Amino acid sequence: MTTQTIAAPKSFSVSVRTRERILGIASPIALLAVWELAARLHIIDTRFFPAPSSIIAVMIDMLRSGELVGHTLVSLRRLALGTLIGGVPALVLGIAMGLNRWVRAAFDPIVAATYPIPKSAILPLALLIFGLGEGSKIFMVAVGVFFPVVINATTGVLEINRIYLDVGRNYKASRWNTFWTIALPGALPVIMTGFKLGIGIGLVLIAIAEMIGAKSGLGFMIWTAWETFSVEQMYVGLFMIAIIGFVLTVALNELERVIIPWKTD
Amino acid sequence: MSSSATNLRGAATPQSTARGKAARPAIRIAGLAKRFGALTAIDNVSVDIEPGEFFIIVGPSGCGKTTMLRILAGLETATAGTIDIDIPANSTRPENSMIFQGDSIFPWMTVWNNAAYGLRMRHAPDAVIKERVGHYLEATGLMRFADYYPHQLSGGMKQRVSIARAFANDPEILLMDEPFSALDAQNKLLLQEELLRIWDEQKKTVVFITHSVDEAVALGDRIMVMTAQPGRVKSLVEVPLARPRNMIELQKAPEFGELVHRIWSELRDEVKRARDQEEDRDVSS
Repeated sequence: MTTQTIAAPKSFSVSVRTRERILGIASPIALLAVWELAARLHIIDTRFFPAPSSIIAVMIDMLRSGELVGHTLVSLRRLALGTLIGGVPALVLGIAMGLNRWVRAAFDPIVAATYPIPKSAILPLALLIFGLGEGSKIFMVAVGVFFPVVINATTGVLEINRIYLDVGRNYKASRWNTFWTIALPGALPVIMTGFKLGIGIGLVLIAIAEMIGAKSGLGFMIWTAWETFSVEQMYVGLFMIAIIGFVLTVALNELERVIIPWKTD
Repeated sequence: MSSSATNLRGAATPQSTARGKAARPAIRIAGLAKRFGALTAIDNVSVDIEPGEFFIIVGPSGCGKTTMLRILAGLETATAGTIDIDIPANSTRPENSMIFQGDSIFPWMTVWNNAAYGLRMRHAPDAVIKERVGHYLEATGLMRFADYYPHQLSGGMKQRVSIARAFANDPEILLMDEPFSALDAQNKLLLQEELLRIWDEQKKTVVFITHSVDEAVALGDRIMVMTAQPGRVKSLVEVPLARPRNMIELQKAPEFGELVHRIWSELRDEVKRARDQEEDRDVSS
């Protein structure tokens, strides 16, 4: 791109940003150090809060055996499929609701009424409908992703400056082109926020869904650890979910930068 | 297209003789009215606009001039009256393209894609898009910025993209809704001159709305002064200034000053009336 010369950051903001980054890395490390120390000095009960070093040791064991990678990949696959299956219809419906008042009038009450239902409460229903296999897990993620995306897509389109839609009409954009050239890109920043929220909820729901009636996945791994009272393994599972959440956030921010190059901070 | 352009450029005769002889007006507005509930925005406006005419509408704010342009653009429907736009039987051009007031170029498209928008929407061949967009980005001095996004451009540059987008679409008529009102005085002057230069290539019929009397006289062939709400035709004023016009030179031409003065005196009562209406509304609400 030819943009470097335009937005050359000032040296002042670089140093502030660098300091922020250093703090962002230093504070979790400090927390781990305090935890380690407290565990070794037996200030905290290591039956519930084992030292980070022992957790890492178990983690390395589980990585070697392939167990951790296996469970992680299973959970990630469910998360990805659920995001796709819940997100794409939500995107289309949300944009349609934003563009067309009749579609909005028809679906708004349904969305508003079903949105407040705690998604974890429908797990038994999901198990009933989809059984103990992959279906129920993917369904749970899909439900979690659906709502934030549909709501944000509707809002995103409604917030598009009217003048852009006028331009579309004046330049005879078809319905299809209005969707692809105006509604979707115009609402994309808000939609991305919807996906970020949705994937976060999906991660919560996948862990819950895997604790009941699953034979694999990080949720299952944590649940098994409880049953066998292997506290370190439980922490490994929690760490893994935290890492996935963090990596996904970074990846989505990066993706946002690529697909929304016009976005200004 | 090139032949008609050279013909027109060669004709140094006053505009009025070049116009007026056309068999049919480019735009015939007859008995046009627009009501929003109890409020009459436009009332019984009738006017013929000649092919190739740079037609200006001035009026106090709230006189319905933007509404009228939006009706011409097909973005709004009239309550009464008709608009006939004369389109040659074999024309493949779109009827009109609008240059909007304020930021109207898509923030999510590069300068090039913004300028190509109209042509893309009507599925013009790639070669045509490349040629036309290239031509008008060159003409507006934006070729260097073809890959830039609007947030990297100044207000004046954005409005040039909007001009390039409309011209590249090659419509029968061009509609302009106070395109320079958001710009500072210096930028405005440069862009006005640029607009005239680009328009001069093909001399398409233009309907241009402004609240600036200077701008009206500097750009137009004929000026329609509108009354305060409800908007009616107060008068039609010919602008017999020769083209091509130089914006700086115009300022010292006596005819320019006289015309500005004349239109101002037509307009003054209307502006006052519009202000009184506004104050009445404030008091009553």
